[in-house]
Amino acid sequence: MYDMKALYQAKSVKDAVALRLAHPGAQVIAGGSDVLVQMREGKRAGAELISIQALDEIRGVSLDTDGTLRIGSMTSFSHITRDPLIQTYINVLGEAVDQVGGPQIRNIGTIGGNTCNGVTSADSASTLHAWDAVVELTGPGGVRRQSIQEFYIKAGKVDLREGEIQTAILISKESYENCFGHYIKYAMRNAMDIATLGTSVNVRLSADKKTVERARVAFGVAGPVPLRAGTAERLAAGQPVSLELAEQFAQTVKEDINPRDSWRAAKDFRLHIAVESAKRAFIESVRLAGGVL
Amino acid sequence: MERHEMQYQTVHFNLNGEDVERTVDVRASLTDMLRNDFRMTSVKKGCEVGECGACNVLINGEAFNSCIYLAVWAEGKKVRTLEGLLGPNGELSDIQQAFVDEAAIQCGFCSPGFILTAVEILESGREYTDAELRKLLSGHLCRCTGYENILRAVKKTMYKRLGKELPQ
Repeated sequence: MYDMKALYQAKSVKDAVALRLAHPGAQVIAGGSDVLVQMREGKRAGAELISIQALDEIRGVSLDTDGTLRIGSMTSFSHITRDPLIQTYINVLGEAVDQVGGPQIRNIGTIGGNTCNGVTSADSASTLHAWDAVVELTGPGGVRRQSIQEFYIKAGKVDLREGEIQTAILISKESYENCFGHYIKYAMRNAMDIATLGTSVNVRLSADKKTVERARVAFGVAGPVPLRAGTAERLAAGQPVSLELAEQFAQTVKEDINPRDSWRAAKDFRLHIAVESAKRAFIESVRLAGGVL
Repeated sequence: MERHEMQYQTVHFNLNGEDVERTVDVRASLTDMLRNDFRMTSVKKGCEVGECGACNVLINGEAFNSCIYLAVWAEGKKVRTLEGLLGPNGELSDIQQAFVDEAAIQCGFCSPGFILTAVEILESGREYTDAELRKLLSGHLCRCTGYENILRAVKKTMYKRLGKELPQ
């Protein structure tokens, strides 16, 4: 038995919004792999829960008419990994969420829950930041869209306002078109572990594959929230593809990141693996995009 | 102290091929309901925080740790436990027999969970490499066997079902 005060089960997005307004102190529960564990640990003991588990309308991946890739917030990690649209347009996201926990956790956990937790180590977070994901929030006033960078306010806190639930993660066509990326999770174990550092890089090359048109890089656990390394991105944009560029790009990420000492790893170690991971992920992204280094 | 109002709800679902219903406390996990209301004691209580995989069941064909899944969420779902693998006279299924043959069992606490993950793997109808199988089985902890025998049991059954020879 879980120590909960009450369980309110939403039947639709509209219903979920009404329940959020009626019970402002209640915790939203999606897949349950975080909320129920926290409840078991006593952190959320006695809480009221609003379950959105039954909202099939926000499950699954689709393309909007303008080409925007829409990932319903209740889509599980394993369904994202297996989805043909994900594999075509943003395969790196499927690879990243295939490193969350273990197989059962990937069937249970959802992308919406992973982002609403506001945790910097979330395996989806760095890739969503690196691809300029947009968060769709539905509330009493209708639908609101917000960049993922603004959605993460601080560790454990996201911009989820009164009466709102997250209904989708969106990737625009401009963001995913001709873009290839790679994610590196550095953890102590191969399964059931939380990232010591997560690095997600993606590039778009020129038609002749000789020039980096755009490079983007984001990290998890390199700061209190996932963050982009803009200085390195600006350095690489417009430059010819080369191993020297990969090295410069990787060294420059240090300008923008601020990892901390924790029991998982020391700051210096995180800085070291950030540079090495950025380099490897950059090289792999270029290779996936058809470039030769 | 504040008194909480008790909340009950009737859940209708399919358990091992049979349509069932139960009125349960909304605070119950699926593990609680399967063990207490249906005597499905193959569903083990291990860590109860979704790490060990002992409570694993199949929900609509996918492996879930039932300890971190609310009982009321089973509404309309197809739930399978180890008990559902047995034949009409209690015969073992091929994967269970392979676990016996390969000595993939010692204390047996992790076995039901492992076997149901193996069922999900086998029912995909795909051929996996050893590395892929290791990853697919990584959501379970076994403190007795060292995992190699378990891997062998799953691999042997996979090749058998695919009608192929087990590579040496």
